[in-house]
Amino acid sequence: MENDFEPKIVAFVCNWCTYAGADLTGTSRIKYSPNVKIIRFPCTGRIDFMLLLKAFSNGADGVIVSGCHPNDCHYTSGNFHARRRWVVFRTLLDFMGIDINRITFTWVSAAEGAKWAEVVNTTASKIKELGPYEAYRKITNEIWES
Amino acid sequence: MGAINEIAARLLETGEAKVVIGYGEGSFGSVRPAFARNQEEAEKLIYDKRCTQNLAMYVYKKEISPLRKLAIVANVSTLRGIIRLASENQIKNGDIITLYINELGEVIECKALSEIEICLAEITPEIKPEDKELIDKLDAMTPQERWNFWISEMESCIKCYACRQACPLCYCTQCAVEVNQPQWIPVAANTSGNLEWHITRAMHLSGRCVECGQCGEACPVNIPIHLLPIKLAEEIKNIYGTVSGMKIQESNTLSTFKPDDKENFIG
Amino acid sequence: MSKIKKLSKESFPLLIKKISETQHVYGPVSQGKRISYQRISSADELASDFIIPDMSAKSFVFPKIEKLFSYTKNKDGVEVQDINLDNIPHRVVVGIRPCDAAGMESLKAIFSWDPSDPIFETRLKRTTFIGLACNQADDYCFCTSLGGSPGDTKGSDILLTKTDTGDYIAEILTSKGEKIVTLAPDLFQDVEGDLQKEKFLANVPKRFDNSDLQNKINAAFNTDVFDEYAMRCMGCSACAFVCPICACFDIQDETKGSKGQRVRLWDSCGAKLFTLHTSGHNPRETQGARWRQRLMHKFSYMPERLEVRGCVGCGRCSRRCPVDMNIAESLNQLIIDN
Repeated sequence: MENDFEPKIVAFVCNWCTYAGADLTGTSRIKYSPNVKIIRFPCTGRIDFMLLLKAFSNGADGVIVSGCHPNDCHYTSGNFHARRRWVVFRTLLDFMGIDINRITFTWVSAAEGAKWAEVVNTTASKIKELGPYEAYRKITNEIWES
Repeated sequence: MGAINEIAARLLETGEAKVVIGYGEGSFGSVRPAFARNQEEAEKLIYDKRCTQNLAMYVYKKEISPLRKLAIVANVSTLRGIIRLASENQIKNGDIITLYINELGEVIECKALSEIEICLAEITPEIKPEDKELIDKLDAMTPQERWNFWISEMESCIKCYACRQACPLCYCTQCAVEVNQPQWIPVAANTSGNLEWHITRAMHLSGRCVECGQCGEACPVNIPIHLLPIKLAEEIKNIYGTVSGMKIQESNTLSTFKPDDKENFIG
Repeated sequence: MSKIKKLSKESFPLLIKKISETQHVYGPVSQGKRISYQRISSADELASDFIIPDMSAKSFVFPKIEKLFSYTKNKDGVEVQDINLDNIPHRVVVGIRPCDAAGMESLKAIFSWDPSDPIFETRLKRTTFIGLACNQADDYCFCTSLGGSPGDTKGSDILLTKTDTGDYIAEILTSKGEKIVTLAPDLFQDVEGDLQKEKFLANVPKRFDNSDLQNKINAAFNTDVFDEYAMRCMGCSACAFVCPICACFDIQDETKGSKGQRVRLWDSCGAKLFTLHTSGHNPRETQGARWRQRLMHKFSYMPERLEVRGCVGCGRCSRRCPVDMNIAESLNQLIIDN
């Protein structure tokens, strides 16, 4: 069956590695899924967990969080802090029944243009498979529909 | 007169404490927080099995805090609350005298925070069997069932913030929900706003929660909201081996790291 | 216009069924550890054997979120859409406690006090309350101390009292109540003689004498009794939100892209933020000042301005308080001291 659902994916990426990596994907003329909207942050350490929830409540079907590989952080330890935060946050979301398959965590360096394309493509096809995030949308739209 | 009354009376008489925070008889067989500032009030303090409430949140409460120096009647969760507050520099040594009542009913008077640590060293904190049971039950469910469970609970939330007010660690003078530029969490008590509030609260407590369950106790609509921070505390214990509120020098698990921390989901 | 009929235990579920054919029916439903007013489709869903639902019935007329209007921003400016009062549903609430029903009178006084509130008025007009008299009470109940009773008819359109046979004495009190009877007149039987309703009511002892309450509480204004009692108050809003009468609200704009809506939300005088000024000054600086406001508003300002009290003695605030702030005890203390 043809699946014509086009997922909305928001990517929260760090300025120094993944954003530069995504830039390299472009300059290398690698084609990748257009379903992603990239939002640039100074560091993964700056990516507040609330931003992920806000993405879902504003209609995202999937989220990507990406930054520098461990030991490569521009600020030496932002990604290490982020790593612990995501471990805890993922546990909480899973415990509350929020679909953690919709969030992709990854490290993409400034040299990994090809990896970025692959991350986005894999995520896009996974979210396409999962379909729109109706459950979350239902509760956020409730106040607008009544 | 019990030991607790005698000690409270002495501390007030010698001026070592201006107020003793403790428990008193409440309505219809219940107990309530009580504050002894004189001999007569010291006589009315009680301590028994019903005294499970964590009183540590009174330490920084605006009406109580200026009465320092304080003394506080403490069960294990109150001790842990005090130690955690000390770790976060909300209490310093000498601010508070702790009257810990151990399993044998003996009152142990801790004047220095280090003495509380010694008391706690003999205790292995455990979560309540009924909480463990519900957490296990939820863990065994499918994500869809867990979602349905929590959404139906969230619909009942009225955002009275009793969970926050009862928490010994929610001492921020301005809470994240009171920030409105930008408005991170909707003010309205709708399902999504309630969900976002409780996620935020659990995250802000992660690595800090002392597992007293006071938030769930306080909830006027009986939402088992304490399971969220407790689940995270258990997970943190399993992964990073840290337990909050046992030692003053412990670091906040979520604001530290080890370069070789393990995870299994970052590609 | 009160008329007394009998409704047999077999007829009660049939009545619910009949009403739900044309209107939404709500009643106390047990959900885990909670008892709350929920939409029902049959009498089987109703909770039995409980004192009082955890939340009051005020949300039928004053919901925790009330949309007042919505707006859309476009290039020509802002377009405002009023809410359509026609969309407010007709509802029947079965099993509302006499205290909750009596609370409606106080809410009505608040919301029709210059200017009257059309949304509230419409909600109230379109809600029929079929009360159920209390046959049990607990220590926290104190309706009788404030002029109410477990069989009080105030605020109900029909009041049912369950007898020892399981049948109900039905007092038809208003034209809304009459309308319910006309839906299924056969279910209501005529009665003769006195059915002795009092026999089947719970016993709620008087906790205090309210005859001079207003003067006494006024006299206490400058004393430290409020500060003393509120030392343990944590400053949450649980008491106000479970109260059948507390009607303080907050106005917020919820926005999403170019559209938005203005909503009215429950608020509470117990919260620090309620009176905090932008300058940082807070005229009600301490929890004691807030507790005083709560009591003064209910027992002095409301009687003075609206000729009704802000409390019906349901005891919810005290039952639900995490630190056992007991309103009846506090009042009793005031009465004795002044």
